[in-house]
Amino acid sequence: MEWIVQNLWWIPALPLLAAGFIAVTPRSGRLFASATAIGSMALALILSLKAFFLGLDTARSGVPWHLVHNFDWFQSGSSMMQLGWVLDPLSVLMLVMVTFVGLLIFIFSVGYMSHDENFTRFFGFLSLFAASMLGLIVSNNLLMLFMCWELVGLASYLLIGFWFHKPSAAAAAKKAFITTRIGDVVFFLGILFLYWKSGTLQFYDNGSGCLEKDKISSLIAMTTVGGLAVNTAIGLLIFCGAIGKSGQFPLHVWLPDAMEGPTPVSALIHAATMVAAGVFLMARVYPLLEPAVLGVEGSNDALTVVTWVGAITAIFAASIAVAQTDIKRILAYSTVSQLGFMMMGLGMGGVAVGMFHLLTHAFFKALLFLGSGSVIHGCHEEQDIRKMGGLKKYMPVTFLTYGIGMLALSGFPLVFSGFWSKDAIIEAARDWKGFGGMLPFIIGITAALLTAFYMTRQMIYVFFCNNRSHEENSEHTHDTSSHASHAPHESPAVMTVPLMILAVFAVGLGFLGTPSWPWIQSFMNGSPVALHTEELGSSQVLPVLVISSVVTICGIFLGWWIYGRKPILHADDLDALEKMRPDIYPVLRNKFYIDEFYEGTIIRFQSWFAELCDLADYWLWNGVVMALSYAVIGLSWVSRFFDEFGINGGFDQTCQKLTEGGGWISRAQNGQTQKYLGILGLGAALIALLILWGCKAS
Amino acid sequence: MPRPPVRLKPLIETKMIPLSYYLILAALIFCVGMAGALMRRNLILTLVGIELMLNAANLNFIAFWRYNPSAASHAGIMFVIFSIAIAAAEASVGLALVISIYRHYKTINLDKIDSLKG
Repeated sequence: MEWIVQNLWWIPALPLLAAGFIAVTPRSGRLFASATAIGSMALALILSLKAFFLGLDTARSGVPWHLVHNFDWFQSGSSMMQLGWVLDPLSVLMLVMVTFVGLLIFIFSVGYMSHDENFTRFFGFLSLFAASMLGLIVSNNLLMLFMCWELVGLASYLLIGFWFHKPSAAAAAKKAFITTRIGDVVFFLGILFLYWKSGTLQFYDNGSGCLEKDKISSLIAMTTVGGLAVNTAIGLLIFCGAIGKSGQFPLHVWLPDAMEGPTPVSALIHAATMVAAGVFLMARVYPLLEPAVLGVEGSNDALTVVTWVGAITAIFAASIAVAQTDIKRILAYSTVSQLGFMMMGLGMGGVAVGMFHLLTHAFFKALLFLGSGSVIHGCHEEQDIRKMGGLKKYMPVTFLTYGIGMLALSGFPLVFSGFWSKDAIIEAARDWKGFGGMLPFIIGITAALLTAFYMTRQMIYVFFCNNRSHEENSEHTHDTSSHASHAPHESPAVMTVPLMILAVFAVGLGFLGTPSWPWIQSFMNGSPVALHTEELGSSQVLPVLVISSVVTICGIFLGWWIYGRKPILHADDLDALEKMRPDIYPVLRNKFYIDEFYEGTIIRFQSWFAELCDLADYWLWNGVVMALSYAVIGLSWVSRFFDEFGINGGFDQTCQKLTEGGGWISRAQNGQTQKYLGILGLGAALIALLILWGCKAS
Repeated sequence: MPRPPVRLKPLIETKMIPLSYYLILAALIFCVGMAGALMRRNLILTLVGIELMLNAANLNFIAFWRYNPSAASHAGIMFVIFSIAIAAAEASVGLALVISIYRHYKTINLDKIDSLKG
C-alpha cells in the first residue's frame, strides 16, 4: 500500500489544523492567519499532486481502480462501524481541483479582504471549509461523507453571514442553511435506508462495500413501496441531498441569495467547490444509480430523475440570469444553470461527462467570480451592472481574464474548455434513449444559447460603452460621493495573478477531454487512453460540434444585436430586452416569482403552523400544565390539612410529654458533686448488699 | 558469741491480732472518710475525706497481704505503693483544682458550685 493512500487524511487534516490555529489567533494576527491558511492549502495541494501522480501510475493498468484504507471506528453491538478514505479517479481529480482553485482563491482573498477588520476570522472559516470539503472528497464512507457534508454547510453558513451586521447577509445565511437542511434530512434518510438494506456504509471494502457488485446486486433484487427497486429509492433519497446542496430546481433559491457573502467565498464555495459537492456525491454513488457500470442488470430510473431535474434547472436558471442586474447574481444563476448541466451530463453520459464539466466549470466560474470580485473591488463595492460600463480601459487585466472566463462559460468553439465539456453533455443528450427522448437535447441547446446571451449582455454592460457611475454620482451626491468620486481602478497583483492563472486553466483544461483525446473520460472509466484525431471529423461527433458552435455564436451575436448596437448611456435606461418584451422580462427579473411563491405557500403555511403551535402552546399545553399544577396544589392542601389536624396533634403531644419527662429527670442533675457522690456511695452499698445476699443465698 | 539466726515468725499465729480487726478498722476509717466527703461543705475537707477512704483501702490491701498464705509475693505491697503515689498526684491535682475553683467562684463551698445543674 502506498504511503499517500494511508496518509490521505493529511489532506483534509492540514487545513483543519490551520483552522484550529487561526481560531485562537487574535484579530491582529493577520499575517499569521493568512500565511497559515495559504501554507496549509499549498501543502494539501502538494499531497494531492502526489496522490494524482500515483493515480496516473495506477491508471496505466487500464482497469478501474480504487485504493482504499479502512479502519474501525467503534463497535456497536456485534457490528463494527468502519471509516476510511478512498483514492480513485473521482477523488483524485476533485482533490487537485479543490486544493488548486482553493489556493488561488485564498491568495486572492488576501487582496480582496485587506480592508476587513475580521481578516483572521475569514481565513479561519475558509480553512474550515477547505478541510471539510477535502474530507468529503476523500471519505470512503457515506456517514463520514455526510458529516463533512454538514460541515461544509456550516462553513457556508458562517461565510455567507460573514458580514452578519448586514440584515440581508444574516437572512441569506439562514436561508442557505435551512434550505440545504431540507435536502439533507432526506439524504440522511437515504443513508439510513442504505444501511438498513445493505448493512454497510463503506463505499469500497474488498467486495463487501455498498458500491460493489455483491451489495448492489442484492439491492437491485429488493423492491420497496410502489414497486420501486431499492437502489433507485436510495438513489433518489440521496439525490435530494444533492438537490439542496447543488441548488437544483426546487431548492435553488438559497444560492443566489448566498452572494451576500464576500466574493472569494462566492467563488470558492458557491461556484467552484461546495455546490459541486452534490454532483460529486451523485458521481460517487453512481453505481447505485446505474448498476450497468458494474455489469449488473438493474433499474436506473433514478438517473432519469437526475437528468430531468438537471435539465429543468439548466434552462430555468439560465432564463432568470438573462434579466438580473447584479453582477454576482447573474453569475449565481449561471452557476445554478451549469450545475443543472452537470446533473444532465451525469444522468445521460455517466460520471466522466458530469465530472468533466464540473472541473472545467470550477476553473472558469472561479475565474468569473474572482473577476467580478476584482470589478466590485475596483468600482468601490458597486455590484449593479447598470452603474458600471466602460471598465475595459480602467481594468485591462480583469477585462481580458473575465473575457476568457465568459467565452469559456458560453462554450466558445474549439479553444475554450467550456466548449468541450458542454459539447460532451450535448452529445450525451443526443444519444439518450431515456424518458423524454430528444427533449433534454433541445433543452440543453436552448440553455447553452441563453448562457452565451446573458454572458454577452453582462460583458457589454460591465466592460463596454462608457462609464455610468459618475452620472449616478451627480444624482445622489450625498451618500456615494466619497466612494464613487474616484474612477474605477485595476486591482493589485495579488488579485490579478490568480485571475491570470485561472484564465490559463479555463482555456487549457478543455484539451484533456476532447473527443479526439478523451483523457478525462478514460481516466474516470479506468480504460487506456488513445489519440483518435479522426474522431473529430466523424459523423458521430462533428454535427454536435457544429450545432453547439453555432448555438454559442448565435447567442453571442444575439446579445450583441440587442445590447451592443446602441451604447447604453444611462444607468436608469430600460433594459433593451424589456423594451422588446415588456411582458416576459419582469417575470424573469423576478425569478419566475419562485421566492414569492415560497413566501406565499410554504413560508405562509409555516408561519400559520407556527402560529397554530403557539396557540396550542398557550391554550392546550399551557392549559394542561395549569390544570395539573392546580391539581397538585389541591392535593397538597388536602395533605396539609391531614398533616395539621391528624398527624401533627399526635406528634405534638408526644413531643410535649417527652419534654416534660426530660425536665423531670433533669432535676436529678443538680450540679452538686456531693449528691452525686452520695448516690454513688449508695449504689456501691446496694451492690455490696446484693453480693452479700447472693453469697448467703448460695 | 554469734547471735542466733533471726527466725521468721510463722505467718499465722494465734498470738497475732486477727485479720478482722484490721478490716473493721479499715471499714470504720472508710465510713469516716465517706461521711466527711459527703457531709462537709468545704472542698478541702471533702478532699481530706476522700484521702481517708483511699487509705482505708490501702490498709485493707496491707492486711490481706500480711495474712496471705503466699506472702512472699509483693503484689499487695506494690498495689499500696502505687496507690499512695497516685493519691499524691491526685491530691496535688485536687488542690490545684481547688485553687482555680476558688479563683473563679471566690468560694470553696460545694453547695454554691452547681454550674453543671441540668
